[in-house]
Amino acid sequence: MSGNVEFGELRRISGQIRRDIITMLAEASSGHPGGSLSAVEILTALYFQEMKIDPANPSWPARDRFILSKGHGAPVLYATLAEKGFFPREELLTLRKINSRLQGHPDMKKVPGVEMSTGSLGQGLSAAVGMALAGRLDNRDYRVFVLLGDGEVQEGQVWEAAMAAAHYRLDRMIAFLDHNGLQIDGKTSEVMSPEPLDEKFKAFGWHVERINGHSFPEIFAALEKADEVKDKPTMIIAETVKGKGVSFMENQVEWHGSAPNEEQTKQALAELEQEVL
Amino acid sequence: MEKIATRNAYGKALVELGKVNENIVVLDADLAKSTKTIDFKKSFPGRFFDMGIAEQNLMGTAAGFAAAGKIPFASTFAIFATGRAFEQIRNSIAYPRLNVKIGATHAGLTVGEDGASHQAVMDLALMRAMPNMTVFVPADATEAGKMTMAAAEIEGPVYLRLGRSNVPVLYSEDYNFVPGKASVLRQGKDVAILACGIMVAEALAAAEELEKEGISARVLNISTLKPLDTEAILKAARETKALVTAEEHSIIGGLGSAVAEVLAENEPTPLVRVGVKDTFGESGKAPELLEKYGLTAGHIKAAVLALT
Repeated sequence: MSGNVEFGELRRISGQIRRDIITMLAEASSGHPGGSLSAVEILTALYFQEMKIDPANPSWPARDRFILSKGHGAPVLYATLAEKGFFPREELLTLRKINSRLQGHPDMKKVPGVEMSTGSLGQGLSAAVGMALAGRLDNRDYRVFVLLGDGEVQEGQVWEAAMAAAHYRLDRMIAFLDHNGLQIDGKTSEVMSPEPLDEKFKAFGWHVERINGHSFPEIFAALEKADEVKDKPTMIIAETVKGKGVSFMENQVEWHGSAPNEEQTKQALAELEQEVL
Repeated sequence: MEKIATRNAYGKALVELGKVNENIVVLDADLAKSTKTIDFKKSFPGRFFDMGIAEQNLMGTAAGFAAAGKIPFASTFAIFATGRAFEQIRNSIAYPRLNVKIGATHAGLTVGEDGASHQAVMDLALMRAMPNMTVFVPADATEAGKMTMAAAEIEGPVYLRLGRSNVPVLYSEDYNFVPGKASVLRQGKDVAILACGIMVAEALAAAEELEKEGISARVLNISTLKPLDTEAILKAARETKALVTAEEHSIIGGLGSAVAEVLAENEPTPLVRVGVKDTFGESGKAPELLEKYGLTAGHIKAAVLALT
């Protein structure tokens, strides 16, 4: 399913996803805009070009998997899945509301297309290890993609999983690290620096790429390299901007976990319209 | 009486499961020789995965296997399975109701000389409070084997509590283990002793002693702690005058608590809970520990006498 999608079309889609993120968070009056907006291009590239998936058959055994390990980025996952046709877009407005399928953090048993229940940080990479090992046992060549946060890698379990992925030579495992540099208490470098991330993952036996996480050409180039790598998992460290696309949210730690009010929503949506034009 | 550790029966049953079901995979955390998953490793090396001393990743990886359609048995000591990896069991396994079986060995005080750091006496409380979890506590090796087979048939997470020490074989091979059903091992009308795990054999010994003193004690093996066989518990409460629970676990949160909850809401009945009295254990031989911490037939008998 890779190939002919124009970057222009991907940019149009990512613009729509950004607007949906803002709209759904405003409607929910809670949630995490910053780390959702920083990952839009990564999810757009995966779901609209890279991954073998079929929205009409979400449990197709040969499909590629995507695990949102940083589960608080649920809005970007939901908006992407809806745009791709896994469920109706109108449902996005039920985010975080009682009786909704769209829980504050993703629930795999409720939402078509969600591959793992996450939200308690640091657990997604381990699930990916299990899925990749199962794929190997079944002689399937599906890939397992993971999105980690740069604050999230402070969790020890991430490194247990990183060790296991390299030990079992899981070259069908490809992780993105959404390196936006901010976490709830402030700059990641000041709260608890995970750097140097490249060297750490290399030392754990991973192939590492570092890219601009908002550039489609760089994302696809890194994915192409990951596909060529044998016997090693790949970590794509994506330099991103938290709150990307909304001027007053960009690089502002306050927008990690708060929703915009009516006026801010209007401004955000107006800016995001501009961007696409 | 023949004595076999429940972990041995678990290891053997895994091999039987491996033969008949290709979807069975077994994961361990550097304890395969102790948990007895090594039997499976020898028979099916391609379906055995050592995850090293990393229990959080052990459980998370098992969740991933289950999400991809496998039936993973994840094994380590009960203390690490439920303590170290509690959060992974909660969010990655139980919450999405994934088909992971947790084979937790060396539970309770009878891990012995390793001491309190390795003695799981609150694992049942943790797993019983977990939504979607089935909790099995075999009384002997026969039941442990049958439970292992039954766990593979259940769609969803199962916690299987196994022991290190050799314990008397109480059941013959024709025993029909039914998940969620207690079994009556001895009839009696004055008092009922509800036990699980290694305390079932102690309860039977206590009942024999009590008979000599003219007290007729019924003995139930509550080997599925969740879902609990409330009917059997209420029947015992209605047909006898008092109940005693016995478990190799804290009296907080395990079998004693579960029974107390059922009685308090449905059939208030005099009850004494025999178990670890809200304390950590220590190093020692298994029988010495059971004696010191009040987990013998003698202690059960004393509890009954205090009630009657």
